[in-house]
Amino acid sequence: MTGDVSALQLVLSGDPGLFAIVRLSLLISLSAVLFAGLIGVPVGAFIALTLFPGREGVIVVLNALMGLPPVVVGLAVFLALSRSGPLGSWGLLFTPQAMVIAQTVLVAPIIAALTRQTIEDLWVEYRDELAAMNIGPAGRVATLVWDARFSLVTALLAGFGRAAAEVGAIIVVGGNIEGFTRTMTTAIALETSKGDLPLAIGLGIVLIFIVILINALAWAARRAGERTAG
Amino acid sequence: MSMHAPSHDLPLMFVEAGILAGEVTILDNISLTLNAGAPTVLIGPNGAGKTTLLRAAMGLIPVTHGRITWGGNETAAPARRAFVFQRPAMLRRSTEGNVHYALAAAGVPHGQRYDRAAELLTLVGLDGFGSRPARRLSGGEQQRVALARALARDPAVLFLDEPTASLDPHATKAIEDIVSNVAARGVKVVMSTHDLGQAKRLAGDLVLLHRGRLIESGPAAQFFADPRTEEASKFIAGELLI
Repeated sequence: MTGDVSALQLVLSGDPGLFAIVRLSLLISLSAVLFAGLIGVPVGAFIALTLFPGREGVIVVLNALMGLPPVVVGLAVFLALSRSGPLGSWGLLFTPQAMVIAQTVLVAPIIAALTRQTIEDLWVEYRDELAAMNIGPAGRVATLVWDARFSLVTALLAGFGRAAAEVGAIIVVGGNIEGFTRTMTTAIALETSKGDLPLAIGLGIVLIFIVILINALAWAARRAGERTAG
Repeated sequence: MSMHAPSHDLPLMFVEAGILAGEVTILDNISLTLNAGAPTVLIGPNGAGKTTLLRAAMGLIPVTHGRITWGGNETAAPARRAFVFQRPAMLRRSTEGNVHYALAAAGVPHGQRYDRAAELLTLVGLDGFGSRPARRLSGGEQQRVALARALARDPAVLFLDEPTASLDPHATKAIEDIVSNVAARGVKVVMSTHDLGQAKRLAGDLVLLHRGRLIESGPAAQFFADPRTEEASKFIAGELLI
């Protein structure tokens, strides 16, 4: 109970250390979702609208990748970015950029798989109409992505939820360096292990609040959009 | 709105055209000529091939053998064709947005789309519905949106696949009025229906299909007054064609 009160005091007092961690966490997770969206939406749309040999297998693998273990992703990115790795010359290991890369790898399959399903379902519905209106391939993709935009927001939110909540990948590639790569989830893990429960609980409260807030905003935007677009 | 059937797009001719799906014959050596003028109505029981014939004419399905020609031209079907499906899909946009989309697809300049959309929505009786989400309209209203989208292409030929199936009499009457109006403006309407009363009301020519074969075609009045085939007599009498 004492820990809960201290945690609330920490949050309400606007503790600069705590809010630096929050700021970095949001920057990393939102950047990862942005990059994952830029990769995942086109990939998902391509798979949804293109017939090619092995497509079913690709879909199965893509769906399976939604459950990628974060620590395995962290390890893979660590090996790629370590000095002896193929991307070692970039010098990104233990930086926020490395954490963005790891989360992007983690989130992109989720967005791609959900986009693939959404676009494919809409394509089944729209196929005849778009063919009758003589819409070309580029126009079809643009139409389907635009008309599926509210559902795609849900895919992005799922990606954000995954990114904001994960700790395994970013702690491996980021190193949890105070003031540099420490995020809410890595800080919660560290402070809990140290027994500093007020800070851990305070960060947990902020993390949950942010996730709820972003989902609420997205839900409100979706509802407003549906009122005009159906 | 400029609606007229240019003579070079018609007649639409099926020349021994057939469609196979695996080993199943969907359309069997259809030879049929559709000329400009009053609507041509395709009738026949379920599975007769009405929808497939319309889709083939629209170019949505290739014929397996034989050919389809437009004004004698086989290689390039005219762009000014439009299709209204039995259950049209509404784009996730407003009613006006759906028509705007069709106008853009038809190459109508951006500056003209607002006026054209308003004109088309008036034509199909959807004044005041422009801002409403198309997917939340009733079935009859959605069918009218689909008609407005089709007319956005300024079609020479308009294909309608059972446009009033599952609509109530009021909505059916509204659609029939639009079809008559459009046909009167010179658009060649080719439609399918199960409703013999509707066929009597709208058709200039009738085509009876059964099991993918063309059973009988000709002027509607003659078809109903003096059918030439046993199948047509049975169909008109309401007997089952098996």
